[in-house]
Amino acid sequence: MAGLSTRHLLGIKDLNRADIELIFETADTFKSVLNRPIKKVPSLRDVTIANIFFENSTRTRLSFELAEKRLSADVVNFAASSSSVSKGETLIDTVNNILAMKVDMVVMRHPYAGAGIFLSKHVKAQIVNAGDGAHEHPTQALLDAFSIREKYGYVAGKKVVIVGDILHSRVALSNILCLKQLGAEVMVCGPTTLIPKYIGSLGVKVEHNLIKALNWCDVANMLRIQLERQDIKYFPSLREYTMLFGLNKTILDSLDKEITVMHPGPINRGVEITSDVADSKQSIILDQVENGVAVRMAVLYLLAGQTP
Amino acid sequence: MQNLTLLDGQKFQITIQRLCHQLIENHNDFSSSVLIGIQPRGIYLARRVAEELRKILPGKTIMQGDLDITFYRDDFRRQGSPLVPNQTKIDFIIEGKKVIMMDDVLWTGRTIRAAMDAMQAFGRPEKIELLALVDRRYSRHIPVAADYVGIEVDSIASQKVVVSWKDTDGEDKIVLISEGQD
Repeated sequence: MAGLSTRHLLGIKDLNRADIELIFETADTFKSVLNRPIKKVPSLRDVTIANIFFENSTRTRLSFELAEKRLSADVVNFAASSSSVSKGETLIDTVNNILAMKVDMVVMRHPYAGAGIFLSKHVKAQIVNAGDGAHEHPTQALLDAFSIREKYGYVAGKKVVIVGDILHSRVALSNILCLKQLGAEVMVCGPTTLIPKYIGSLGVKVEHNLIKALNWCDVANMLRIQLERQDIKYFPSLREYTMLFGLNKTILDSLDKEITVMHPGPINRGVEITSDVADSKQSIILDQVENGVAVRMAVLYLLAGQTP
Repeated sequence: MQNLTLLDGQKFQITIQRLCHQLIENHNDFSSSVLIGIQPRGIYLARRVAEELRKILPGKTIMQGDLDITFYRDDFRRQGSPLVPNQTKIDFIIEGKKVIMMDDVLWTGRTIRAAMDAMQAFGRPEKIELLALVDRRYSRHIPVAADYVGIEVDSIASQKVVVSWKDTDGEDKIVLISEGQD
């Protein structure tokens, strides 16, 4: 049986449609494993995985760690803030030192775009990108698309709008690539300053009016404003952003159809999305988190299963 | 390539019925016994046996589930590509039940070891028994024996035993395939 076409998961860009479907089918079975009283399978018992996070994360890191542990892998965690990186060690040295302790896979988050690709060319271990700068966050896109597939049964033909800080968002880029690969229609919506100039070349629609975008879509993926990545002011104030691009219950109820609301987290309640929307029946935010573990188990299982 | 048919047609059906009667001897009305077919091919055997048991014991509930053992196999990372899992479908509790595991062909026994591991996730059964339609004798890698056997076959490692089913493959048949002969 055919496995994944790639040895590392560096971005959705490297995956073809068959790869994504294989990951989803495998994730289906892991999801049923996660609903059993004993949520653990022994598949990766002879595999050691290092989680290397050069940037803060709660959800992704926890989700990867749970996925690894439920596959029975041995896990080591490493946070850059409390390590020798602050003493001036290079990325390759840091990782090679970790690999010298016989680690088979590296899950890495890094503030610079392309860090995973760079690493994959210089070290022997298999690399899973858990977010590299404003570039890609492939497992997030996979779990988002998996959640849409779970909600509607399929992804092809679904209309998905991604709202917010498209310019600084790795979630947006990975989501666009993944949804397009699966045949969905994608639109981005946000202030002109936060929409990359050539985004149209990815085959997505652009809309600057939130109401029009929401009326068009089946699913709205609301992104956080990434203030930590914004070196200049892109809009006058957060309050103005919220007034123009924030999703609240009044807007949601005024639409002529029931759309599904998603958010990759962390949520800034009251900014891009109000509490009553985030906690409403239309929101699948917590399903996304639940699916995250199953999808990550599938990715790790399929990569680790390739002959070492 | 040379194919030798070991069992088919009415004899095949008689073998299935004989296994059913053997099961009834030990499990009475199946009120505390369940049938578990091992994916991918054992599930057809379990379905067929369940169907026959329902005919023999009208009105009785025969519980039957499918168990996937992919994640419990001991050859992960030792094959070219990862093994793609099948569905596990067990809609009942096996805690305290007598479980009859079923697979079409018992060969090295490794599948059975994996299945016993996989089953632990569903509780602690009172007892586990094994029913194999075909027992390839003298080829075990681990000490496993079946409690109920359809037919016994003496074969060598390069040969294959393939079971096909009326419902899914069009014909009930057990064939011994020898490659690279004549």
